[in-house]
Amino acid sequence: MKDIKNPIETEKQEWRKQQTKRRLKTWLTIFSPICLLLIWQFLSQSGLIDARFFPPPTAIISTFIELLTSGELFHHINISLFRIFAGFLLGVIPGVIIGLCMGLYAPIRHFISPLIMALMPIPTLALLPIILIIFGIGEMSKVVTIAGSVFFPVVINTVAGVISIDSIYLDVAKNYGASRKDFFLKIALPGSLPVMLEGIQMGQAIALLTIVAAEMMGARSGIGYLIWTSYSAFLLKEMFVGLILISFFGYIFSLLLRGLQRKLIPWR
Amino acid sequence: MSPNPKISIHELTKVFYKKQNSVTALENISIDIEEGEFVCLVGPSGCGKTTLLRILAGLENQSSGDFKIERSNEDRPNQSMVFQERGILPWLTVEENVAFGLKMRHLPKTHVKERTNYFLNKVGLAKFAKMYPKELSGGMKQRVSIARAFANDPEILLMDEPFGALDEQNRYILQEELLSIWSETKKTVLFITHSIDEALYLSDRVLLMSAQPGKIIDEVKIDLPRPRKLEDMRSNPVMSSKFLDIWRHLQVEVQGSRM
Repeated sequence: MKDIKNPIETEKQEWRKQQTKRRLKTWLTIFSPICLLLIWQFLSQSGLIDARFFPPPTAIISTFIELLTSGELFHHINISLFRIFAGFLLGVIPGVIIGLCMGLYAPIRHFISPLIMALMPIPTLALLPIILIIFGIGEMSKVVTIAGSVFFPVVINTVAGVISIDSIYLDVAKNYGASRKDFFLKIALPGSLPVMLEGIQMGQAIALLTIVAAEMMGARSGIGYLIWTSYSAFLLKEMFVGLILISFFGYIFSLLLRGLQRKLIPWR
Repeated sequence: MSPNPKISIHELTKVFYKKQNSVTALENISIDIEEGEFVCLVGPSGCGKTTLLRILAGLENQSSGDFKIERSNEDRPNQSMVFQERGILPWLTVEENVAFGLKMRHLPKTHVKERTNYFLNKVGLAKFAKMYPKELSGGMKQRVSIARAFANDPEILLMDEPFGALDEQNRYILQEELLSIWSETKKTVLFITHSIDEALYLSDRVLLMSAQPGKIIDEVKIDLPRPRKLEDMRSNPVMSSKFLDIWRHLQVEVQGSRM
């Protein structure tokens, strides 16, 4: 038999144990990238891996600060961010509108989906030469390239989102006399939002993948350009700065979109 | 029967057709329902009760026959439906859900606000106005659904087993609340249920349906005076015999449809 104890006290201790466990998990999450960087630093400095190809993180950080103070980096970051945002919006907005129309109206869906299925597998980057011919070598061509890659996951997820709406909600809207516009804005848009935002999250990741490649091929500035020219000139520290920036922005955008998700779908 | 019933259904038939295979869900349904009458439709599951309601609600078309809902006011919607569980929109707050029908009709804001608040109070959900449905219990969700239908002020109310998914205690409470709101407005109600008790307690008249093809096979008048108490109904020997009466009818149908 157990000792007779205060039951509240027992549960309190149990709760404390759970808290400690939770804190440990948070620490593990923070610890893993630091761990990787430390190993990298050690291997690189001790000569176990070639420091010319894998310069130690500390050296990359000092190069990062150099580039930052010279102002060169800002220029590249600014232009890349502009292209990403403009391209992202230009892909997401039509993606959402066309996706909602396709989801709500079966004839539109049946008409457009073969086109989307046929066009989706073509990498937008493979179309870059044509895009350059049509839009010139200015900013527009980069923006269009990104928009093209962002569009597909957004449109496909928006359609899936609308189709996944429980038919009882459509019945409710119909029974209470919803107009065409109300169906669009009060039922299809909010109802598809959870799945749609997953598509937008995917689109965001693809935008970053595309920008680097597009800037490597046809640009005179931007983070991708920085990576490519640094690599060509064998300035690997500068190249790593570019790579880490991309990964950093990817992380930040994901966090921002997660935050937006919580704001936009409080009902979930 | 008065010459102008509120709802008149005439020889309504619904057939579902699929790949040379047709199923008659409803066969020659004819019903007249008077203004202010509370009618329950009872039948075994799969007898087409919901199909009948969906036709009246404009969500499905009949194969033949017709029905008419007598209008008293041009601005009023014809009918509003209280759906089975899951009938409230998860992305709208309680308040927005109750106001849904009024907003769809683009009524003036102050009017919408006033009616919404009135019915939120009626169903005791004023405190929960800003919450989302996920935070509500099943009983509270159905209260929202009922408030939404009453707030819309339709000519008739259609209810499709609104309390079917609730536990017994909650069901009794909601039945009582429904009667109390209804007694103020005296709306004409067509209510579907598979619970004989529920039908006896709520309605003026119980219509019995057979299964496949769905037909009206009998009707039972419930002349228990209102306001009714659940206890009265339970202790009333006439009601007990009516219960058994209905049960005998349905038993045959339920067993028939099982074979």
